[in-house]
Amino acid sequence: MREYLEGSIAVARAVKLCRPGVISAYPITPQTHIVEELASLTASSQLKTEFINVESEHSAASVVLGSLAAGVRAYTASSSQGLLLMGEVLYNIAGLRLPLVLTCANRAVSAPLSIWNDHQDSEALRDSGVIQLYAENIQEVVDLHLFAYRLAEDPRILLPVMVCMDGFVLTHAYESVDLPEQDQVDEFLPPLELIEKLDPFKPLSMGIVADARFYMETRYAIQETMKECLVIMPELKKDFNKAFNRDIKIFIEEYYMEDAEKVLVTRGSVAGTVKDVVDEMRAEGQKVGMLKIISYRPFPAEAIYNALKDLYAVGVLDRAISLGSWGPMYTEIKALFHGKDKFPKISGFIGGLGQRDITRDNIRDMYDKLDWGEVPCEFINLNREFLIGARKYT
Amino acid sequence: MFVKITSKPGTTRGNETGSWRMGTKPKFLRKNCIGCGLCALICPEGVIDGKRKKTYYCDYNYCKGCGICAEECPKKDILMVEEEEII
Repeated sequence: MREYLEGSIAVARAVKLCRPGVISAYPITPQTHIVEELASLTASSQLKTEFINVESEHSAASVVLGSLAAGVRAYTASSSQGLLLMGEVLYNIAGLRLPLVLTCANRAVSAPLSIWNDHQDSEALRDSGVIQLYAENIQEVVDLHLFAYRLAEDPRILLPVMVCMDGFVLTHAYESVDLPEQDQVDEFLPPLELIEKLDPFKPLSMGIVADARFYMETRYAIQETMKECLVIMPELKKDFNKAFNRDIKIFIEEYYMEDAEKVLVTRGSVAGTVKDVVDEMRAEGQKVGMLKIISYRPFPAEAIYNALKDLYAVGVLDRAISLGSWGPMYTEIKALFHGKDKFPKISGFIGGLGQRDITRDNIRDMYDKLDWGEVPCEFINLNREFLIGARKYT
Repeated sequence: MFVKITSKPGTTRGNETGSWRMGTKPKFLRKNCIGCGLCALICPEGVIDGKRKKTYYCDYNYCKGCGICAEECPKKDILMVEEEEII
């Protein structure tokens, strides 16, 4: 049924449809509305779940770890500093192979304090063994949550999945959303069955020590599973599309790529603006396109390589930066082409940190700059006035 | 891909942490003991046991010699002694 919903409310409704047995979270902007709605659904008995209030995000993550270890489906959500505080536990959840689904309402990281949107928080947990899916709009957020539970809980995968939605831009925006019926979700998502779980009648030690003889193999296993995901995810996508009569994308989305010469690679909600600019520039006869990355971990290297290999120039727009290096997505895409005979010019742009606007003109500028040489790490839309008084030594 | 990351309970007993002691170990004098059980309660390794007063003992195979029991005993009935001393 189509409803006009705020992003956070839509996520809460989607999570409700997945019937989590335990929900635990700690409020932080811009994630708060999601768990507020879930708390209210629980209080009014529309959702039967154990809603556990905690004193920090570290505890919230620990509670869902415990519930999953006992074989109960769980949900949590966070942003920014809260997500970083969860980080220590998220590594454990991935290492213990527990199928958590959590939402990251993407927000900048302090200091200076900013409650606004960019991708630095989820980027900090890139290497934790958590699968990361980035959404462009609210419908995609809803679909990815339903997909995420099935993906995380697939007995061949059993890894946590983080659905990343841009704070405010998606969490607080309204959109007409198609939410499926409960029986459709029940059919797509069977109850959670873990082979190994905590059970007083069948005692088991979890979270054990692995010395130098065993630790590396646990990491190797997760790495192999991430590769297996690239095969398993399309299977699950087929099931998803059949169950909900949809045509979702899970790895990448190509926009006007067939005959494009210049392409911007993006993630998250900014893809919507880029699509509009592509439409404008196409109307002017310019051969531009866009590539949106949805699954960031696992990184769909082959799909991205094939999409970009015949192009003249590629710009990678990161809404995060690995300080002291370059944009994180830029580095990875650049690495894809190392040693290849044929490769496009690849430029890296950093934009939209702390919700600095990425305007149509900015995007047009980036496409224009692709005609020139390669730039590895250019900040776009900097506030030059604010920089006038900055001290500089080189 | 999955590797085994769980184990049967109790398997870490193979690792005898008593070998980690750095020179001293607790000695239960059993003279003024009132059987309060505080030593057994606070032992971080859970290796102290006893049923009545003057019956408390510890498992030296796993005692790490931290000395918390000797510090906290209200009757000062536990002493930290040299590792070589025969008890």
